[in-house]
Amino acid sequence: MNSFTYFRTDAVDTAVRERASEPTAKFIAGGTNLLDLMKENVEHPTHLIDITRLPLTTISDNVDGGLRLGALVTNADTAYNEQVIQRYPLLSQAILAGASPQLRNMATDGGNLLQRTRCYYFYDTATPCNKREPGSGCSALNGYNRIHAILGASNHCIATHPSDMCVALAALEAEVRVTGSNGERTIPFADFHRLPGDTPNIDNTLEPGELITAIDLPARGFPEYFQYLKLRDRASYAFALVSVAAALEMEGGTITAARIALGGVAHKPWRKPEAEAALVGKPANKENFQAAAELLLAGAQGYEHNAFKIELAKRVIVRALGQAAKLEPTA
Amino acid sequence: MSTPLVTNTIGKPINRVDGVEKVTGKAKYAAEFNVPDLAYGVVISSAITKGKIKSFDASDALSLEGVLQVFTHENRPKLAWFDISYKDQDAPPGAPFRPLHNATIKYSGQPIALVVAETFELARYAATLVRVEYEELTHETDLEANLHKARKPKHGVADLLKPPPPKPRGDFDRVYAEDPNKVAGRYVHSAEHHNPMELFATTVSYEKNGKLTIYDKTQGVTNSILYVTQVFNIPFSDVRVLSPYMGGGFGSGLRPQYQLFMAVMAARELKRSVRVSLTRQQMFTFGHRPATVQQVALGALADGSMNALYHDAMSETSKFEDYTEVVVNWGGQLYPPENVTLDYKLVPLDVYSPLDMRAPGGVTGMSALEVAMDELAYNLGMDPLQLRLKNYTDHDYNQNKPYSSKELRECYRQGAERFGWPSRNMEPRSMKKDHNLIGWGMATGMWEANQMPARAEAVLMVNGKLRVSSATADIGTGTYTIMTQIAADTLGLPISDVLFKLGDTDMPVAPISGGSWTAATVGTAVQTVCQEVGKSLLKLAKNMPDSLFKGAKWEDITFSDKHMRLKNDPNVAVSLQTLVDLNGGKAVRETSTGLPNALKQRNFSRATHSAVFVEVMVDEDLGTVKVTRAVTAVAGGRILNPKTARSQILGGMVWGLSKALEEESVMDHNFGRFMNHNLAEYHVAVNADIHDLDVIFVEEHDDVVNPLGVKGLGEIGIVGMPAAIANAIFHATGRRVRDLPIRLDALL
Ligand SMILES: Cc1cc2nc3c(=O)[nH]c(=O)nc-3n(C[C@H](O)[C@H](O)[C@H](O)COP(=O)(O)OP(=O)(O)OC[C@H]3O[C@@H](n4cnc5c(N)ncnc54)[C@H](O)[C@@H]3O)c2cc1C
Ligand code: SF4
Repeated sequence: MNSFTYFRTDAVDTAVRERASEPTAKFIAGGTNLLDLMKENVEHPTHLIDITRLPLTTISDNVDGGLRLGALVTNADTAYNEQVIQRYPLLSQAILAGASPQLRNMATDGGNLLQRTRCYYFYDTATPCNKREPGSGCSALNGYNRIHAILGASNHCIATHPSDMCVALAALEAEVRVTGSNGERTIPFADFHRLPGDTPNIDNTLEPGELITAIDLPARGFPEYFQYLKLRDRASYAFALVSVAAALEMEGGTITAARIALGGVAHKPWRKPEAEAALVGKPANKENFQAAAELLLAGAQGYEHNAFKIELAKRVIVRALGQAAKLEPTA
Repeated sequence: MSTPLVTNTIGKPINRVDGVEKVTGKAKYAAEFNVPDLAYGVVISSAITKGKIKSFDASDALSLEGVLQVFTHENRPKLAWFDISYKDQDAPPGAPFRPLHNATIKYSGQPIALVVAETFELARYAATLVRVEYEELTHETDLEANLHKARKPKHGVADLLKPPPPKPRGDFDRVYAEDPNKVAGRYVHSAEHHNPMELFATTVSYEKNGKLTIYDKTQGVTNSILYVTQVFNIPFSDVRVLSPYMGGGFGSGLRPQYQLFMAVMAARELKRSVRVSLTRQQMFTFGHRPATVQQVALGALADGSMNALYHDAMSETSKFEDYTEVVVNWGGQLYPPENVTLDYKLVPLDVYSPLDMRAPGGVTGMSALEVAMDELAYNLGMDPLQLRLKNYTDHDYNQNKPYSSKELRECYRQGAERFGWPSRNMEPRSMKKDHNLIGWGMATGMWEANQMPARAEAVLMVNGKLRVSSATADIGTGTYTIMTQIAADTLGLPISDVLFKLGDTDMPVAPISGGSWTAATVGTAVQTVCQEVGKSLLKLAKNMPDSLFKGAKWEDITFSDKHMRLKNDPNVAVSLQTLVDLNGGKAVRETSTGLPNALKQRNFSRATHSAVFVEVMVDEDLGTVKVTRAVTAVAGGRILNPKTARSQILGGMVWGLSKALEEESVMDHNFGRFMNHNLAEYHVAVNADIHDLDVIFVEEHDDVVNPLGVKGLGEIGIVGMPAAIANAIFHATGRRVRDLPIRLDALL
């Protein structure tokens, strides 16, 4: 870890200005990811701007009938919020499938979006990694890649985005509100994270210095038919090998709307509009779920240690949709 | 002759005597001893696996105010010349690794420099500024790719505790070829790291007279002091090593780790107190449970009598030491086939030497052998438990000796009954609930019951309280508690009147705490020395005017309720307080050695046994495995404290589950480096993985192992668990998985 200076403010504009004044500064929220990366010498901010005192710690109703999550609401407070549980139970489920109670108590909603990949090589400065050091090479490509991507990867990087929360946010089509020197803007969730391409060092479409102020959930929350299903190497406290956020609207046995997002398989939560459209107007049954799964996994590519994820992902999709449709037990 | 103990506390579920200290944070660990003017050292680890350090550039680091020194092989002090000086009590044959010895890099993560500064943060920062240039050579770290290099291990003193496989007996090849029923399989196990919660750390307090007080994380302070005094050529009297608590050992502290070397070197050079703590990542840069490839073949007659056994293992070791463990011998001890071939070879690789890890070799070998037994049972169409009973023996055919005791049959019986095994339908895939296939599996566990020599001191103080000490360790097992119980019972005192201390080289010497021998070893020493105190007290009693003990011999007396009494007339009694008062105002102090009774022991084979029964639920589509319940029945001699004993077995069972389903140190052979070097990606079982665990202690009397009848319980809990789980998975799914860990992709 390098030495750094520390600054704390309770005003959003001060935080943004402070950040703009020092290009190598970083915001720090819960610190559960940033501090680890600093200790491993992966991130070296020279200046830390503590944003935990910013007035972005509430969950409130939006005029459009949606819900606004302040960027500094903790993951735990979000998951256990009455409104979230009733109107967006998928989100609550996804958050609680991640990390541990201690971490969720510290971690913030804004920070969760910006957590970095868990790729082993990214964390180990003794090995080449394009995401950490552009141009140095991707060690995972021909290395140990059990936890790596099977969709949307490039020869420059096959890392995944590790968040659970973001998978649900993608399915719910949330929007990310940000503010920077150039003012405020809103980013649709599907456009927030990006694929690695030949610049895997860039995780998302946030401009340098921009601060996430809130996450907006649209009115439609799929509270009736939903399931977040996460598969991992132990029953708790492990990142997803594959996870699925499934949300349906149904009339009788017929699907009237569907959202499916995958976690653990790509550099961003993975959605395929065709797969979702293919379910609409169809009865909720295994064959149709299987067909959607095939569409979602179209073009998937496995590597030495993760090829199993392709078949696994399909099965998890079918199971999660079955559970969302209440055709199968959730235990 | 030993007097039988008048049992007051032994056998009772006494709470840990150090429990309150631990849960209130009063118990101090090596990195928590704060001494004035402490400097902090941070270790730099090699980024390459094999080659040479071409150069260091520490100028940026040294230019920071508060950075005291950057130690490397170039500026380290003169150290002992011969390999022998670097050998510790657990050193395998070979030339031990020497930190900062020269420019040669032997393995990835090798410590190559120590940065010492006024604060920890500064040292850590400065460490990032040291530039190292390497000259890289090609490394070999892949066991599978180097199996053709397997060779017999070198012999050494390690053979005493880890005997090489016995010579073949009978004619395996011929008999196996003719056997009507046979199975053969190959078993691949990954490397694992101990990963105790407490990081390895040493705090060296540099005293005014230049003497060193060292707080070290170790499973044996004696081992640490020997290492330090030899390597640095310091007199014994100038060093004291303390380790009152250890936040988990599991074998990782059986050898002095390199932070000890680093901290002592820096303290002596800087004439200042120094602390060195390793990082979690660095916890993957010394010993580990070796990766292994095993082959097992079993043959039996149609009635289930096994007559042929083959077991070989190829295990990784470093290129500088021949680390061995007993992997293949177990079948020849546990079962009676007449045609047996056992073989054990090493493959030297560019890794650090492997290191004993809970049930070293035992859990490895039994996790193959007992899966093969299950396969054989299915091959025969015989219940797996019946197959074990059919081949039951009270004789160890490797050593050709009877067991001093072996209540394994009773383990099978009680375990099966508690679990409900008799109602099992043998057919795989015969139990199902929703998406889950349910399976029942069982396996046998076995570990040796050893005893070493150890010394202890007992002092009956003038206030009538007893203080007992021995330089052993409590690695979390409950040593403090059971030694207190033994001492209390030997002299008839309540445990509140007994204080047991350990982990200090000023105390009488004890061996490293491992191999499940501490209870037997130190327990015997404690019992012996308390008896010595008792004998001194008897002398004092005899000297009392009109003493009723005048004609009494040691055999005639007993201790209870703070009194010495005549056995045949317990009303004839004198309080210990009265006796110590007769000692001219002085405490009654004795030191003595507890020795194994070799004459008695040598005619017997001595071992602990267990039977493990497991239920799993396997999601048929997703491959996830949940161990819904497990019962372990243990025959482990006398149980001193059912509470601490049960915790030991539970801990072993949890680890067995973890080993079976989760644990793997993943090496990327492109780099020769363990890559999942943190606790987020090195998976150990968490609470959510653990469901119903049950422990049974079967009664077992054994006066051969030691006078206390204790066999030790540290390892036995883990041994049978992985095989039982693998067998249950077979029963659930019909899939025979032989490699560990078994993760969901193996079952898709
Ligand atoms: C052992 C472990 C296991 C975990 N397991 C899981 C898991 O299973 N599933 C899962 O989803 N997550 C898991 N996590 C990750 C955890 O959810 C994230 O670390 C956490 O959400 C990050 O939030 P934070 O507030 O602590 O972010 P910080 O560490 O404070 O910040 C992370 C990054 O975001 C930036 N940042 C923070 N807030 C803002 C903002 N408002 N605007 C702009 N930039 C900002 C910071 O500059 C930094 O770059 C795990 C973490 C650990 C350590
Ligand atoms: S997958 Fe991405 S993060 Fe991992 S080594 Fe390759 S470039 Fe780095």
